[in-house]
Amino acid sequence: MEMLSKKATCKSHGQDSSYFLGWQEYEKNPFNEDRNPLGIIQMGLAENQLSFDLLESWLARNPDATMFGSNGGSIFKELALFQDYHGLQTFKTELVEFMAEIRRNKVRFDPQKLVLTAGATSANETLMFCLAEPGEAFLIPTPYYPGFDRDLKWRTGVKIVPIHCSSLNGFRITKAALDEAYDEALKLNLRVKGVFITNPSNPLGTTMNQDEFNHVISFAVSKNIHIVSDEIYAGTVFDSSKFTSIIEAIMDRNLEKTDIWSRIHVVSSLSKDLGLPGFRIGMIYSNNETLIAAATKMSSFGLVSSQTQYLLSKLLGDKKFTRHYIQENQRRLKKRQQVLVSGLQSYGIPCLKSNAGLFCWVDMRNLLSSNAFEAEMELWKKILYEVGLNISPGSSCHCTEPGWFRVCFANMSQETLNLSIHRLQAFVTSNGDGNYQNQKLSTRISRRNSLVVS
Amino acid sequence: MEFENPSCQLLSKIATNEQHGENSPYFDGWKAYDNDPYHPTQNPNGVIQMGLAENPLSFDLVEEWIRKHPSASICTSEGLQKFRDIAIFQDYHGLTEFRNAVARFLGKVRGGRVTFDPARIVLAGGATGASELITFCLADPGDAFLVPTPYYPAFDRDLKWRTGVQLIPVICESSNNFKITKEALEEAFENAKKSSIKVKGVIIANPSNPLGTTVERETQITLVNFINEKQIHLVCDEIYSATIFSRPNFSSIAEIIEEVECNRDLIHIIYSLSKDMGFPGFRVGIVYSYNDAVVNCGRKMSSFGLVSSQTQHFLASMLSDDEFIDHFLKTSSMRLAKRHQTFTSGLEEVEIKCLNSNAGLFCWMDLRPLLKEPTFEAEMVLWRLIIHNVKLNVSPGFSFHCVEPGWFRVCFANMDDETLEIALKRIRIFIQATEKKSDVTAKKRKQW
Repeated sequence: MEMLSKKATCKSHGQDSSYFLGWQEYEKNPFNEDRNPLGIIQMGLAENQLSFDLLESWLARNPDATMFGSNGGSIFKELALFQDYHGLQTFKTELVEFMAEIRRNKVRFDPQKLVLTAGATSANETLMFCLAEPGEAFLIPTPYYPGFDRDLKWRTGVKIVPIHCSSLNGFRITKAALDEAYDEALKLNLRVKGVFITNPSNPLGTTMNQDEFNHVISFAVSKNIHIVSDEIYAGTVFDSSKFTSIIEAIMDRNLEKTDIWSRIHVVSSLSKDLGLPGFRIGMIYSNNETLIAAATKMSSFGLVSSQTQYLLSKLLGDKKFTRHYIQENQRRLKKRQQVLVSGLQSYGIPCLKSNAGLFCWVDMRNLLSSNAFEAEMELWKKILYEVGLNISPGSSCHCTEPGWFRVCFANMSQETLNLSIHRLQAFVTSNGDGNYQNQKLSTRISRRNSLVVS
Repeated sequence: MEFENPSCQLLSKIATNEQHGENSPYFDGWKAYDNDPYHPTQNPNGVIQMGLAENPLSFDLVEEWIRKHPSASICTSEGLQKFRDIAIFQDYHGLTEFRNAVARFLGKVRGGRVTFDPARIVLAGGATGASELITFCLADPGDAFLVPTPYYPAFDRDLKWRTGVQLIPVICESSNNFKITKEALEEAFENAKKSSIKVKGVIIANPSNPLGTTVERETQITLVNFINEKQIHLVCDEIYSATIFSRPNFSSIAEIIEEVECNRDLIHIIYSLSKDMGFPGFRVGIVYSYNDAVVNCGRKMSSFGLVSSQTQHFLASMLSDDEFIDHFLKTSSMRLAKRHQTFTSGLEEVEIKCLNSNAGLFCWMDLRPLLKEPTFEAEMVLWRLIIHNVKLNVSPGFSFHCVEPGWFRVCFANMDDETLEIALKRIRIFIQATEKKSDVTAKKRKQW
């Protein structure tokens, strides 16, 4: 008899993928400015380390955020005992206001419709458990976050059917791609329960435009299916006016009083906006009461530590601070992104034009020895082992075209970023000859100019 | 072919079935409490909560420790320099210092008789998350675990709801103090086999919730031999291991397997700091497995319910403080002993017996003499009386899948001394009134 479950012995956790292997290699030989200057620089980790100083100085000014207030009182006992899965009300109230602030207050959120979970990882899995049976499917635009293969599918048994997006139109979602994905699901005898979008996109770093919203919303309405919108990068948008939440998009189309309203679900987290992945603060927001009731009960399997809820309720309660933080953080992210983009562009490596995220979607097709995923893997390994950069190959994100890589820029110091650009530059220069795409380089660059940042 | 998608199928079966168990009558008592909670001054006639197994008796010690160790918090000026490293840390292995501290703590609680390897510690979202996680690792939908009755009601949610796994009761009876017997285990196993259900393991709680007793060495040896012979898993929920307050001493499964030959790949422990330390809000759940593949897989699954790094850092500091922990464990045990003594002797005054217990935050109270008839309907009637008339939220045996009506779990640690006195007073009044009533009835019968 099989000793362990099928889930324990299968590979659905996805951790044998290159995305995770790169991390392992990094861990064996991690770059450190002083101790290991020749080590591998981690550029595969979408973390936001740019604005910790702002958080630290807030903490230094606000001793109340500890479990012992500045007046010596203690709420330790209440926090230690607090395990109500409805969450700390003060925290949820502040959290929804923070979420609204990030969305320029175009959307207001009701704390009663919010479920707290242990990170977005848990939120996404919980939603799948609530929205689909094992064997049913969600459609997801490619390229997508590699972790979805684990988070959405592993223990839930839900299937992912990709909506293929192409570089020809900047990887935007088209009606044709949606229809094609749906047909593919039918061919595979899979019942489609919804579309899962990430906005802003990981790995693209782009925000959804109105055309895409039109396509996705009409599609979901006509097929009577759900839309899950993972908006964890909403606070990393460099220019807030360009970000539209799915809720705002639905309201703009006057669909709040229709069926689709109860089939819209938003996932968020404080891991990217505030750079606090260790604190495991995730959330599900939905107007569907039955869903909220079920998800709230399920959150028992991964509640947010009361100690952490309390700390964040204090931090987010300081509105002057949060407004300043959001603005300053965005400014710093934009600046960093520009350093990377211009650094790469200067020796002929374009990036997809992006306005959000902690990474760039980099076009290294002209460095491939052939237009194939084997060549992409070959290039990835060279960059990992010879150049000493852990970046994420497009294939790990289910991109249909070889040669694209996700490169993170916010999880390191300015100096380290400069060094990584310098290393890549050296590699590109020395590998200039013998690449099949080289001859057509100038043609392709001019054709791509409309899609990429210069 | 188009699939239909009627709106009634909008959500999954899991989301819309009752398998979370929260609409069971077990929670009616909680609802009564929520609607009318006791407060010494604001609501002295309210319902006293005796259905919550919490342990705040030694918080004063913890508060004092926190005051003396500001660097344990990443928010204080002393601890701030650690803030960014901790805030960034989401590695599912957990903070090394935290795992080391937990391993150390586990050993201490077992009197140093056995040591734990930090590399085998897997984090989870409370014991709730840990129980579900180990089930996902060991069993497929439709498989079953054997579980001795009476057992913690939320096992029905934690082990079954999203996993699709079944629970098959191993019947334990008051005639031998609810001991787990080989016969009961075999019977449960055979019943499963007859129904073509694949049994993947046995899950026990030691100390037991709701019994408040530690599982004897001999019983654990029987269990180990049983699962070893059948080559099925043994999951031991030891979340109450530091709530022992009197003899016999606690024997962890970790100690038993040092003495008895068995396939260690079958042995797993669930742990949490919610009961021993009284920190349910901090969501510290642990799976400790002797099976490498389970540790590996479990670790990946812990992504779905990691412990906040802020909390890991804070507790790593506290649990590593040997002097403090030794003092805490000793004091906590003494205070629990005293509470238990006060409560059980208070009950004895009105001739209410409890199962002889040496651990836990509750008593297993025997109210069979008060039942109109030995049925669960009568138990339900008595229970509603206790909630609505006596105004105590106690937990009825049927919600723990007890096969004999008339037993109730009553928590004694989650309130202050005065409230406990009031609860005892209310019980005395109720019993005396009941006796009077039955005296009158008896007299009337005599007259007839």
